[in-house]
Amino acid sequence: MNIIETEGLTKKFNGFTAVDGLNLTVKEGELFGLLGPNGAGKSTTMYMLTTLLKPTSGSAKVNGFDIKTQAHQVRTSIGVVFQDHTLDDRLSAFDNLDIHGRLYGIPGGERQKRIKAVLELVDLPEWADKQVRVFSGGMKRRLEIARGLLQTPKLLFLDEPTLGLDPQTRRHIWEYIEKLRREGVSIILSTHYLEEADYLCDRVAIIDHGKIVALDTPAALKNIVQGSSIQIDCSDPQKLLAELGKSKSVKHTNAKIAGQVLTFGTPEPGRAIPLVMKLAEKAKIAVNSIETHKPSLEDVFIHYTGRSIREEKGSGVDEMRRRMFRGH
Amino acid sequence: MKCGGVCSVAIELDKIYAVWLREFKRFTNSKGRMVGSLGMPLLFMFALGSGIGSLMPGLNYNLFIVPGIVGMTLLFNSMFSGVSIIWDREFGFLKEMLVAPTDRLNIVLGRILGGATTSVLQGLIILLLGTFMGMSLPAAPQFLLTVLVMALIAASFVAVGIAFASVIREVETFQLVMNFVIMPLFFLSNALFPLDKMPDWLRVIASLNPLSYGIDAMRDLLLNAGAYPLMLDLSVLFAFFAVVTVIASYLFGKTSI
Ligand SMILES: Nc1ncnc2c1ncn2[C@@H]1O[C@H](COP(=O)(O)OP(=O)(O)O)[C@@H](O)[C@H]1O
Ligand SMILES: [Mg+2]
Repeated sequence: MNIIETEGLTKKFNGFTAVDGLNLTVKEGELFGLLGPNGAGKSTTMYMLTTLLKPTSGSAKVNGFDIKTQAHQVRTSIGVVFQDHTLDDRLSAFDNLDIHGRLYGIPGGERQKRIKAVLELVDLPEWADKQVRVFSGGMKRRLEIARGLLQTPKLLFLDEPTLGLDPQTRRHIWEYIEKLRREGVSIILSTHYLEEADYLCDRVAIIDHGKIVALDTPAALKNIVQGSSIQIDCSDPQKLLAELGKSKSVKHTNAKIAGQVLTFGTPEPGRAIPLVMKLAEKAKIAVNSIETHKPSLEDVFIHYTGRSIREEKGSGVDEMRRRMFRGH
Repeated sequence: MKCGGVCSVAIELDKIYAVWLREFKRFTNSKGRMVGSLGMPLLFMFALGSGIGSLMPGLNYNLFIVPGIVGMTLLFNSMFSGVSIIWDREFGFLKEMLVAPTDRLNIVLGRILGGATTSVLQGLIILLLGTFMGMSLPAAPQFLLTVLVMALIAASFVAVGIAFASVIREVETFQLVMNFVIMPLFFLSNALFPLDKMPDWLRVIASLNPLSYGIDAMRDLLLNAGAYPLMLDLSVLFAFFAVVTVIASYLFGKTSI
């Protein structure tokens, strides 16, 4: 079953197209990534799918419910962690969760149990009674994730869950996200961190200027750019290249020899290594070292857009200014 | 959740309660702000009460001003409470409420009740402190009616605040509401001056101001000195409350993040 289906989903702001005819399907149980630079339209997409913004045109179904005509059912079935903070800083962590649970209609006893469970999931039980304004950025983020899970949603939206967090905290959040995936929660996650999309997601849609430019598993996306290569330092690179040509078991392109080092492009370097080793052993060639270069999603982004994703990464100040200008 | 009609009504009521609870907890969690917001009314009551009182022969101004200042406290705190949706939009909590499976109407009702509760509590503090001005508290029935009147005033102005906050998107615009709505409502009312001592133009404006009827009702109940019949005051208050609640619900229903 598909947990999200969109058809030509489009959002315009005063004539400016922020999301441009998005066609997506996300399968149940999948961890699906929206990867794109700042301003690509990720948050706008999230707002439409979570019923907070009405699409200008196109349609979408979330958990089988239409976002326009069945907004209430959509809201009942999802959990959302927005890009910007949406906790009440003046309330304790417990009160934030308790009020959330009531807004979602979770009855008393069950609510207490769930609050306890989600606080434990994000390692914050001893902070339950502290006001949120004393929390660090990472703790607030964890609490927001806990809150998004309180109603045991079938589908969780995470809009840039690790934005602005230090690497260690980011690792922690990744661990929670992986834990959720193992529990079978479907997740749609947006990010402009390439490593995050690569590390976490089953499939990634690369979006730029409101359009999907590529969509596949991270591995398949990276294969497209054909940037994978192997460098072998060995006793007889010429002979090894000839063996490779004879055996045909390893696909290779652009072979080059420099000194003792043979370099060639291959779509799946991981698979190629043992085969190369076998060939070398048979031909009695001594291998000193093997190195592989794998393309990153960055290479993929450049391949499709001609730019680096990092060039457009806005600083905190830019982000603030952008939000102020658009009148939030 | 498998349960019948009664149960689903209880769940809806719990959602209204959730919004109420948030307002109330914010209030009890920030006592400093509460004390701060009592400062101005107290200054008005004691300084203005004694000062202007000496200029008004034939009127016990010390007592006269107490219901006016209670009205002021209700007006300011209720409008602030309603308008604070602007800050919820700015700091994100509005998204949390709007993405929940909770009808907008329930959010409005919860906020009206929550803002009214905290405002009435502050109004009651002013009223009790008013006894230092020589006012004696009335018998239980009048006192309860007074609380009802206070609740109507408070609820109505929370609704007015919500209506403004639903339309206004920028935080800066709050200053506009303060200067062009709250201040005029206060000064162009009978809070500080008796209707019969006002110049005609001011009396006409004050008699169009719903706050005047609330304060007049309190003067009637607390001092037995109302300018209008109590029934008229109450009718105007109820009508005003109904109208602004409908407007607030409508406008909040259309607001977006
Ligand atoms: N409310 C709005 N009014 C006008 N423009 C907006 C609004 N929200 C977003 N935009 C614009 O739409 C584009 C996409 O924004 P957004 O969805 O926030 O991107 P992302 O989340 O990928 O960084 C940006 O150019 C942004 O400035
Ligand atoms: Mg965004």
